[in-house]
Amino acid sequence: MDLTIDAGEFLAVLGPSGCGKSTLLRMIARLSVTNGGRIVAEPEQFQTAFVFQDAHLLPWRTVLDNAALPLELLGIGREERYSKARAMLAQVGLAEAESRYPAQLSGGMRMRVSLARALVTEPRLLLMDEPFAALDEITRFHLEVQLRDLWQRRGMTVIFVTHSISEAAFLANRAVVMTRRKGGIKLDRRMDLPAQRTNDLRSDPRLGHEMKVLMEAMEEE
Amino acid sequence: MKKFLPPLIPLVVITLALEWMVRSAFVPGYLVPAPSAVIRALFDSRDELSAAMAKTSAAAVIGFALSTFTGVAIAVLLSSSRAIQRSFYPYAVFFQTVPIIAIAPLLVIWFGYGMKTVIASAFIVSIFPVIANTLTGLLSTDPALRDLFRLYGASAGVTLVKLRFPAALPQILTGLRVASGLAVIGAIVGEFIGGQGLGSVVDVARTQQRVDKVFAAVLLASLLGLALFGVINLISALTLRRWHASEQAS
Repeated sequence: MDLTIDAGEFLAVLGPSGCGKSTLLRMIARLSVTNGGRIVAEPEQFQTAFVFQDAHLLPWRTVLDNAALPLELLGIGREERYSKARAMLAQVGLAEAESRYPAQLSGGMRMRVSLARALVTEPRLLLMDEPFAALDEITRFHLEVQLRDLWQRRGMTVIFVTHSISEAAFLANRAVVMTRRKGGIKLDRRMDLPAQRTNDLRSDPRLGHEMKVLMEAMEEE
Repeated sequence: MKKFLPPLIPLVVITLALEWMVRSAFVPGYLVPAPSAVIRALFDSRDELSAAMAKTSAAAVIGFALSTFTGVAIAVLLSSSRAIQRSFYPYAVFFQTVPIIAIAPLLVIWFGYGMKTVIASAFIVSIFPVIANTLTGLLSTDPALRDLFRLYGASAGVTLVKLRFPAALPQILTGLRVASGLAVIGAIVGEFIGGQGLGSVVDVARTQQRVDKVFAAVLLASLLGLALFGVINLISALTLRRWHASEQAS
């Protein structure tokens, strides 16, 4: 597999189950070892953040302490990490919930805490592994708009693994469809869509067209 | 009140029925004492019983505390590497199957009559559930969270303190609940041989055919076990209430 990703890109990775989408993310994050291949220009360590399929919060910590966890592990002082975590929680709309525990939150809120936790270190590269797959559609739409918005403001690179064609087309600037055989790339396409993505776009024929192209590539397998 | 009333009803009914059976000579009093006789024995031997109770409590609590700390430490060690776990865990299991009553005389040879033997007995009986439950808890940390800690360069020590240990707390407390009851049993068994406390009272009263006193001592030993169990439950409620399903209002 040969894939070049530009800095500041929002890349969606699509593909059938078991094609190695998640493995690709884990290799970029250096959580798995590469098998014969090489990841060139790896991002500096600690500038990468990872969002998992489920929120994976620490249930014994409050929302604030969960969001501040990465800074705590990196040895940042109490004052600084709390003020950064508070600012980040405000950006995902959870300022009110900082002293609550994960068990008291809805699935969408938990995912937002997870997002705040990932962004609190101001990563240059954000890796996301089907983060919204377990959420209901309305919550997912809402979070997609929010994520897109955060990406635009921060100028980071996002690699977003998903098996939802509509999600990939709506979120990304560029989408890659992987082949069933591990490591191949079937389609590499830039989305011809406006930079500003709002919920109005969801019923736009241009989005429909992009989805159709992606779907055809997926179905050819 | 709603919580205490249901178990109270059978207690009152059975106590009254027992009292009636003994008084009407249905059951001979030298085999099963009337509840009133047990209460009288509690009152008449209050000095002896409370001194014995204090000794047994001290031994059980010390033995329990030792097995808590040692058990958790051993589990942390075992969980740190697969190789260590494979080599030593079978012996922990084997250790647990050794019947305490059979090695109690050996304890007397090693530690002499008295407190040390009793504490050792309470410790040996109660350590295994602490090790087993803590180990299970430490080994079942969410792999995604372990990845997260690794991503931010957390050391093994930090990961243990901030992730694996708190995540294992519900299981550790389950181990402590089981161990608390076993520590009292271990203390009583140790006292049969080591000669002090409630275990000794039971042994002496038995030779004197004082069934009422035996029951009084057994009752106190059970209350001790219940009290220890209650303390662990309280700790569990306070630490887990905010986040673990087992302690959340149903």
